[in-house]
Formats: sequence, structure tokens, C-alpha cells
Amino acid sequence: MANATPLLQLDGIVKRFGGVLALDDVSMSVERGTVVGLIGDNGAGKSTLIKVVSGAHQPDGGAVRFDGAPVRISTPRFAKEIGIETVYQDLALVDTLDAAGNIFLGREIVRFGAGPVKVLNKRRMQLSARELLGRLGLELPSSGTEVGMLSGGQRQSVAISRALYTSPKLVILDEPTSALAVTEARKVLELPRTLADQGVAVIIISHTLQDVLDVTDRIVVLRKGRKVADLATTDTSLEELVTYIVGSERAKGAGYA
Amino acid sequence: MPEAPAAVREQPRRHWREMALSYGIYIILALFVLTMALLSPNFLRATNLLNIVVQASTVAVIAVGTTMVILLAEIDLSVGSVAALAGAVTAGVLKAAAGATAPGLGFVLLAILTGMAIGTALGAVNGALTVWGGIPSFIVTLGMLSVGRGLTLLYTGGRPIFGLGETFSRIAYGKLGPVPVPILVLVALYTVAALFLHTTQLGRYIYAAGTNRRAVALAGVNVNRLKVGVFALAGTLAGLGGVLLTSRLDSAQPTAATGWELDVIAAVVLGGTSLYGGRGAVVKTLVGAIILQLISNGLNLLNVQAYWQQITKGAVILLALLLERSLRRVRGGETM
Repeated sequence: MANATPLLQLDGIVKRFGGVLALDDVSMSVERGTVVGLIGDNGAGKSTLIKVVSGAHQPDGGAVRFDGAPVRISTPRFAKEIGIETVYQDLALVDTLDAAGNIFLGREIVRFGAGPVKVLNKRRMQLSARELLGRLGLELPSSGTEVGMLSGGQRQSVAISRALYTSPKLVILDEPTSALAVTEARKVLELPRTLADQGVAVIIISHTLQDVLDVTDRIVVLRKGRKVADLATTDTSLEELVTYIVGSERAKGAGYA
Repeated sequence: MPEAPAAVREQPRRHWREMALSYGIYIILALFVLTMALLSPNFLRATNLLNIVVQASTVAVIAVGTTMVILLAEIDLSVGSVAALAGAVTAGVLKAAAGATAPGLGFVLLAILTGMAIGTALGAVNGALTVWGGIPSFIVTLGMLSVGRGLTLLYTGGRPIFGLGETFSRIAYGKLGPVPVPILVLVALYTVAALFLHTTQLGRYIYAAGTNRRAVALAGVNVNRLKVGVFALAGTLAGLGGVLLTSRLDSAQPTAATGWELDVIAAVVLGGTSLYGGRGAVVKTLVGAIILQLISNGLNLLNVQAYWQQITKGAVILLALLLERSLRRVRGGETM
């Protein structure tokens, strides 16, 4: 496909929380079939930027283009409708629901009914969830098991299946490995590449720089709400990234670089 | 999966806790019934048993709404006042509509609906102030407890409203075959509520939002609207409870249902619904309400001074909470 325009294009995004400037004129783009890493120190603005894209926050300035058209991503629901799915750091799972309940949260399969009375089709959701997880090579924990009882990796599987259910165009992974054991993290890290190979655009946020270097095509670095670097992964190094993250003077002072 | 063995090892211990949490309430009910039957030969008579359920019905009706509020990890302390105001307004409409003659069925229905609508309105205000005003529901409904009582006193001029007519009193005293009307209302209401909570999408959202509000909002559900709706429903049911009470007393008392928030919350908590939201079953609230009524009846039968009844009720709530907490704590490492 010869798609000249990027799938997602952010232009001069500004976000304030009271007197704090959380995002200061941030521009970036994400192409189809690529994995873009978004890195920065705590409070650099990564999560805020992600929330702007996923509809959880409204920007105070700047423009968003998605799939070639200008959009105002006003709610998480709208973001999903246009094909943006987000897997949050803390997974945003409902611990008292089972895996299928979580995968279908907000888009339950309804047997019949309208308005406030829509009767759920629990059996079909169970079957579809099993099938969906199967396609990702994962196993559905037995029906009725609350996800609060599952391991970190299993919970992550549920969260990711949840995001992939609608065949999104853009998937945002917010710290996908932070809660996982090393072996589980390896498995999860294969996923962005798999998705990109299918033409999906992926944004991955991580503190683990080596992971970001391993799985991304491009890396965007934020510092104090500003974009300080936008690099091809093949052209950069761990040292360079650290320098951008902490700021060059401080990096030298602290002996990082 | 590597973590499977650990999960299996945990199973037996979690199992009995789970069972205790799920069925404990029924065992307690059975123990109460057994004790009462041994203490008083009249206890097991059908009329007495039906009577206990009828007496529990007003609190039980209100407790359906409160169960949903608590499932959402909110609280409603205003139900007693709201019930009183709804009852008073119902009585007022009956008097106004009746004129000289006793009000007929049409007027009675109009009066009931007006009373319930007052409840809906106050409940919606509770919800709106909680959600959009950003005030904890504990404080909002504490304020409404006072406002509702004040409005009731204002509306009634501090005097009871009598003479509500034959038709209206049949709500509390009428029977369909052998079954008293309040019990029919209870059965219908609890059936609908249980079906709603366990089989519908909105019912699932109530549980889910009580567990992880943010996750449900991120899934695109308008949790704020859901909460306001549930508070409004709780107000409506408090209104219905007020109507039932007014019918039973055959008058609207300005101080009716004072302190009922405690009975209602006690019924919900005894029924095992978690005050932290997200867990519970509405049918068990009914069992909780009946147990509370059994306690009152039992203490009456034993000629225990009324002051002790209050102490007992309060102690039962606290015990139930302590028990629930100790059973729940070990469960899956407390995921709240």
C-alpha cells in the first residue's frame, strides 16, 4: 500500500492541568505498520499524550489527524470507533468480572432488549473470547474465574485481547511489561511486531529502554512536556536515548553518558 | 502455565471462605428461625411468618435501591427522610384529590406515583451532587437526610395526615388469596431487580463500575449517568417504601421512617454486599432485612427492653462487617 499520509498525526498539542503545562507544543506522527516507542522520565508527558490520543483527555491546543482526516477525539468511545485501542499500564481490568466479561466490557453481546434492559448473551461472549485468545495463541482462563485471581501475564493477555477485539488501526501499549516476570514480558514484546506486520500502527510506552530499542522502528523522547527527539531506532543507542531523557548537561553530570 | 500449581494449592482454603461468604447468610437465617421456634411455640405459625415478612417489607423495598447504590461503592443515608416525604406527599395528594369523598383507585394511583416521583427527584439530586458536584455521596446524602426531613415537617406542618381512605390502606392490608399485597410487591420487585442485576448490560455495569470505575469509563460507558440513574432509582424505591409505610400506618407521620437508613444499610450489609462496591447479591438483601425483623420480633417476644434492640441492631451490623472483612481479606490478596 502506498500510503503517504501517516495514520496518526499530532500537530502542536498543548495540555494544561491548572498552572502546569503537561504537553507543550508536541508534534509527532505514526505510520501504518510501524512501531513507535514513546519514552521519557516520569512526568515527561507520555501518559498525558496517550490520553489525548485515546480520548481520555482533551487537548487545550493543537490538531489531531487520523487516517487522513482531522478529528476531535472527544471520548474514549469515539477513539475506539475510529480504530484506536489502548492497553493501559494498570490494565484497566475489572477484577470482579471474568476474562470474557472484561474482553467485552463496553461492547457486550446482547441477546435481546433495548434501552436500559439489554439482556446479555453470556454464552456467546464466552465462546468468542475463547476464539479470540486462541488466535493469539493464548488460553482463556476458565469461565467465571475473576481476573483478579489471575497472574500478571494472564491479566495482560486479557487486556491485550480486549484491545484487539475490534481489529483496531492503532494500538497503544502503555507500559505493557511493567507488571510482568521476565519470561512473560518476552512473550508480550513479540506482540507489537506481529501487529505491525499485519499493518497495524503501534505506540509503545516503556521505561525499559532496551525493550524499546528491540521492538520499535522509531523512538520519540519527551522531556518536561516537550518533544526533544524523534529518531529512527536503527540510528540511535541506549546512551543517546538516556541523554535525551535526562537532558544532556545532567546526563554528563550524573555520569550516564 | 507456571502459576497453576500455586492456584491449585490455594483452592481448599479459599473454598470454605467462599462458601461462608456465599451461604453464611442462609445459615444465620436458619439458626435464627430455629432459635425462635424453640423459644416461642407460636413462632412457626404461617400467620406469624407472613407477618414478619410483611413487617420487613418496607425496609426490604427501600433496600433494593440501596443495594445498587452500595454495589457502585456509594452510599445513601437519605432514604428514611425521602420515604417520609414521599409518604407525606402521597397522603397530601390523596386528601387534596378526594375532597369530601373517599379517593378511588385512579386518585390512589396518582397519589402513589406523585410520591414516588418526589423520591426519584430527590434521588437524582443526590446523584447529581455526588457525580457532578464532586461531593462524596456520604456527605451529599447526609445533607439530603436533613433536607428531606425538614421538607416533610414543613409539608405536614409537623402534624400527621389522617383519613387516606379504604382503597389506599388495602396496599398494606389487602391480600391476593392468602398472600398479603406487600409480599407480592416484594417478590415482584426482588425478582425484577435480581434479573436486572445479573442478566442485563446495565446490571453488569453497576457491578463493574463499583469495582473499577475508571476501567468502565475507559470502556466507553457513561458511569456518571449510570450513577445518577441508580441514585434516582434508589430515591424512587425509597418513595415506594414511604408509600407502603403510609398505607400501613393509615396516615403520614412527619417523623415516619426516622433512622431507617441504618436498618436499610444493615439489611444490605447483612446480605453480604460489600461496602467497597462491586460484590453482592440483591436477593440476600431480602434475607438480611428478614433477619433484622426476626431480631426485633425475637427481642419483643423475649420482652427485651426497646433500648436494647437498638444496641443489638447496631452490634449486628458491626459484627457482620467484621466477619465479612476477615473472610474477604485473604481472598486473592485483596484486589481493591
